[in-house]
Amino acid sequence: MLSRSTEVSQQTVWMLAVRDHRDKAAFAALFDHFAPRLKGFIMRTGTPATQAEEIVQDVMLTVWRKAAMFDPHRAQVSAWIYQIARNRHIDIVRKENRPLPEAMIEEPGTEPDTGQVFAIAQETARLKDALANLTDDQREMITKAYMGELSHQEISIQTGLPLGTIKSRIRLGLDRLRHELKGLRE
Amino acid sequence: MTAITHHISDALIASYAAGSLPQVFATVVAAHVSLCPQCRAALEAHQAVGGVVLDGTATSAVSKDMKQATLALLDAPYIPQPEYDRSGIYPGPVVQAMEGKNPKWKTLGMGVKQSILSEDRSGSVRLLYIPAGQAVPDHGHNGLELTLVLQGSFTDETGQFGVGDVEIGDSDLEHTPIADAGLPCICLAATDARLRFNAFLPRLLQPLFRI
Repeated sequence: MLSRSTEVSQQTVWMLAVRDHRDKAAFAALFDHFAPRLKGFIMRTGTPATQAEEIVQDVMLTVWRKAAMFDPHRAQVSAWIYQIARNRHIDIVRKENRPLPEAMIEEPGTEPDTGQVFAIAQETARLKDALANLTDDQREMITKAYMGELSHQEISIQTGLPLGTIKSRIRLGLDRLRHELKGLRE
Repeated sequence: MTAITHHISDALIASYAAGSLPQVFATVVAAHVSLCPQCRAALEAHQAVGGVVLDGTATSAVSKDMKQATLALLDAPYIPQPEYDRSGIYPGPVVQAMEGKNPKWKTLGMGVKQSILSEDRSGSVRLLYIPAGQAVPDHGHNGLELTLVLQGSFTDETGQFGVGDVEIGDSDLEHTPIADAGLPCICLAATDARLRFNAFLPRLLQPLFRI
């Protein structure tokens, strides 16, 4: 069982408990970790506290409702919640319906690959180190970029972050869905 | 079917991940990512960076009431947002832009047709239908233009573009794309220039009208 592995992060264990067992205690634990971060993140973009809390609630409810889409072979929980937060924030503030790529979900009952899940966690830890080793100015620029505060003309991410390695790891996670990928090009 | 060789640039994928890409371009990126595992991996890599940034953000305490309200809503009924699947040659995000309907083709002459999916201040996104051997009409882009092939292929000075390929054009790109032999070429094209209906004529006609 994946959830018994000591190699998998606590957040992933919680998220899988939410996904596979609709575990409300695990959801509350995720809430306690992410809600204050989400609120801080959203307020940094200039959103007032009250509206930020509304968006946080919307994001966390989306985490609960869309849990089936979480795939630990491709994403850490933080990455998965980040993309939900950006989408919901934009949909709510700009009153748009952001275009999203077609979903790719593994078939229920697919055997988890703990090695791949652990590798994604390791790659994310490498990213975190790389980010910590940037100068304050560089880190501030990255933060702004990923908060959506730079226009697409301004974004040119040449930071030395090891994106190539995590890309190939995520690609391996996607290859697990090979069956579906094959269908995409037929 | 040949493999995708023309991809979305990393800067555009980062911008899409961050949510700073205007809606019309976001539609093309989401459509290409739906067809291209390589760019999907790139997108998810940028989301991983976003996740690290989010995880490292200074926290701001949320009210206890909000937590209780959220937990109380877990079992509440809700209306899910509609999700759009692929329909024929059209990837989910294109079907979303068409709100699940078929394209409404309007003739532009010379067998060329277009179907405008959306148009706002940030630009426009449309489908183009180009018969084999015909030139792709000029849509007068002053800034960025993304063209994704959904059926058939076209060729211009920079190469050949088949299904799933994206051509990234800016105001410097001077090119004359021509649909290849075979199936009519159907493309999804987004541009940040306002539509100029009168000027929207196939390139072949332009010398005649001196525009």
